[in-house]
Amino acid sequence: MIFFRRSPVRRVRAGVYQVNLSAEERRLLRDLPRQLRDLLAQTDDPALRRLFPPAYVDDPEGEAEYRRLMGDDLLQGRQAALETMAASIDQPELDEEQVTAWLSSLNDLRLVLGTQLDIQEDDDPQNTPAHQLYYYLTMLEDSVIVAMASQFE
Amino acid sequence: MATSAPAPTRIDEPDIGESTREDRPWIVLVWNDPINLMSYVTFVFQKLFGYSKEKAEKLMLDVHLKGRAVVSSGPREKAELDVFRLHEHGLWATMQHDT
Repeated sequence: MIFFRRSPVRRVRAGVYQVNLSAEERRLLRDLPRQLRDLLAQTDDPALRRLFPPAYVDDPEGEAEYRRLMGDDLLQGRQAALETMAASIDQPELDEEQVTAWLSSLNDLRLVLGTQLDIQEDDDPQNTPAHQLYYYLTMLEDSVIVAMASQFE
Repeated sequence: MATSAPAPTRIDEPDIGESTREDRPWIVLVWNDPINLMSYVTFVFQKLFGYSKEKAEKLMLDVHLKGRAVVSSGPREKAELDVFRLHEHGLWATMQHDT
């Protein structure tokens, strides 16, 4: 699928982002944060490993300490972002905190879905519904990135 | 001999060796992955480290083409905080002693 459309997320001015999504798209997006929150509650799901990579590759003690100190913060930050996205899914405009939560959540959703689909760099596009959802989330996330990165210009 | 102070060198040596090892700077690496967008990785480097777009893009391309890049360095606490912030943003970051 190729999207011939305007970028759906635009930065209007500092801290104000306009979101042009159809009712169908918002309905599609509404369910996803909850699904990922449910998945995050199952800490042993292999698709979640990509969200919590090791900090220390050859130091088990350092890694255990890092998990102990940072693990809860990493999990709670993700849950909070998903809740913020779910709560603002129908809004025509987002503030900086909300758009930041959308970016975080969209990236986490792509990381988990992409891991489940075993996405590789040189894959040919595929036509399954899950792949189409992944490509849609990619388009939407890229739009958010372009809108947010304009603050650095 | 029992009343004399122990020779300090024998006791201190391992400590000196250990602290020297700990004082060596740590480096933070970001590894390539097939899911994170190039635009996203560049954006995160700009946001977290305040790098210029040129520097952030060069580091992103190093990650993409060479498989990894050193994105920051410093004492252990700083490196660990940088890894944490990169993990918050879904990047595949690790830390190790500079060699």
